[in-house]
Amino acid sequence: MKTILLMGNPNVGKSVLFSRLTGVYVTASNYPGTTVGFTKGFLRIGGEKAVLIDVPGTYTLEPTSRAEEVASKLLEQGDVIINVVDATNLERNLNLTLELIRREIPIIVALNLWDESKHTGISIDAKRLEEILGVPVVPTSAISGEGIKNLVSRIDEARAGTFVHSEEDRWSRIGSIVGEVQKVSHRHHTVLERLADASVIPATGIPIALLVLLAVFLVIRVIGEGLIRFVFEPIFERLWAPVIMRLSRVLTEGTFLHDVLIGKLIDGEIDFVQSLGLLTTGLFVPFAMVLPYVFAFYLVLSFLEDSGYLPRLGVLVDSVMHRLGLHGLSVIPMFLGLGCNVPGAMATRILETRRERFISATLMAICVPCMAQIAMIVGLVGRYGMLGLSLVFGTLFLVWFAMGVILNMILKGESPEIFVEIPAYRIPYAPALFQKLRVRTERFLREAVPWVIIGVLAVNILYALRVVDWIGKVAAPLVTGLLGLPREAVAALVIGFLRKDVAVGMLSPLGLGMRQLVVASVVLAMYFPCVATFIVLIKELGIKDMAKSAVIMATSAVAVGGILNVVLRAFGR
Amino acid sequence: MAQMESGESGTIVSITGGRGMVTRLDSMGMRVGVDVKKVSAQILRGPVTVQIGGTQLAIGFGMAQKILVEVPE
Repeated sequence: MKTILLMGNPNVGKSVLFSRLTGVYVTASNYPGTTVGFTKGFLRIGGEKAVLIDVPGTYTLEPTSRAEEVASKLLEQGDVIINVVDATNLERNLNLTLELIRREIPIIVALNLWDESKHTGISIDAKRLEEILGVPVVPTSAISGEGIKNLVSRIDEARAGTFVHSEEDRWSRIGSIVGEVQKVSHRHHTVLERLADASVIPATGIPIALLVLLAVFLVIRVIGEGLIRFVFEPIFERLWAPVIMRLSRVLTEGTFLHDVLIGKLIDGEIDFVQSLGLLTTGLFVPFAMVLPYVFAFYLVLSFLEDSGYLPRLGVLVDSVMHRLGLHGLSVIPMFLGLGCNVPGAMATRILETRRERFISATLMAICVPCMAQIAMIVGLVGRYGMLGLSLVFGTLFLVWFAMGVILNMILKGESPEIFVEIPAYRIPYAPALFQKLRVRTERFLREAVPWVIIGVLAVNILYALRVVDWIGKVAAPLVTGLLGLPREAVAALVIGFLRKDVAVGMLSPLGLGMRQLVVASVVLAMYFPCVATFIVLIKELGIKDMAKSAVIMATSAVAVGGILNVVLRAFGR
Repeated sequence: MAQMESGESGTIVSITGGRGMVTRLDSMGMRVGVDVKKVSAQILRGPVTVQIGGTQLAIGFGMAQKILVEVPE
């Protein structure tokens, strides 16, 4: 079977073209030995089936980043290359085209965003370009579908280019090509372009960013909670619970197997949140509590990505992130973590260096509470009004910043500088968006869910073997002495490893005062990530870095909790 | 480039930096001789956004300091 590669600069509509060409059956995988992913699908040319690979966007074949390294390695596997070129940006895009021509591989050029180029007053003589380069050039508009059939029918004409040039003179040659084939007429700025400029200027960009983030949270809450309430909870309560109850009678309560598989019955019933069995809580957590938020977050993230907003957000927050040893784009894992730490942890892989991944994963796991936890904290501490809430979230924010500055100072290496293209705003193309959403969700199910279940199993076994009780006893003096919490709070801290929001809920019957609630909420947020996040972090960081990170988490939680306890006492709270 | 005013245009006259940086800048169209227009700057020495041809690029302050731009009077 022939392998066809889809190659081009980032933001040229490559993935839209990919979804046009392939349809439903696509899979995402990591390039062996890397965390850079690519998507693969099938395509029919005449009667023949061919593999189509969506290569990560690249500006050059001379790799300057891990994604570009993968792109140039994938190049060796391709029989034919569809070089996707942005018609609105011909000059820069031709650089990669000429590089491909110098490699003497059969290529066909898709002159994409053709309709957009016409709207922006650019006209390109595709025939003339074809003659100059010596490879087929097909104008396409992936979003409207214009030119796609023509592109597929001409794939067989792909050939090595005949445009003779050297690496040194390529820019001047590109300049003369562009001069020959392209005409630009004057035109007015569009609304999207005005908005584009407004969103990178601080005075207007910061309010826009706040509005976008607010909208994002509202949408995610509505979708996530809607899915939980109307889809997943009913499935578990009505369909799964009766099956488990029957199994429970067979196994009889109190046996080891019952404890591990089903856990404890609460008032003779299954409680999917508190029973803590592999088949109860172990399935409920990843599917009914995490998945809906992950799905909602990926939907919104894909929308923000395809619209071109994310790099702008990165630019706005870059100077803050730079102090923490990160650059602007690492705001994405943090931001995802607010929904659920699991996809946040998975998103750290977009960062280039190990140092960046370590800093961002550690900061996120310690200081970014997930949506469920935020909701519980608001419910519990909210009765003390803004003072209580700002104490909790203000402390977390301060720790986030201070910890980042410290990590940036003690870890060897440099803070990378942001360098990113700010693409034009585009209205996302729904089929491509949903294809991406499906691929990502499947990937989450495949890569994260099994580990979450294994994690719950491990905790259960430790629980059944009374190891957890023992840890609780050992930690008790620390909790009562240093943190000033009652002995019963230890149980909440232990459960927090499994479910942070439930743990916060367990504090409510203890009759704690404001100081104790604030300290407990902060410590619960910081001391350790939930088991699902923990397992995913081990996968992303490796066991050694994760161990370091865990030590930082535990010590900083105790330190911050202790300080908070002393300070609040001093103020008579 | 870091010192340009927003809205100002000029021509890149030199880029001081390692080979990796120069290659990366070059592949995205930023090289000696091209015209750039500054779109925006951020507070606290944040990244600089510039327009080159049909492309907008955001570039860290430190990197922008290494790019010398001649602004016509």
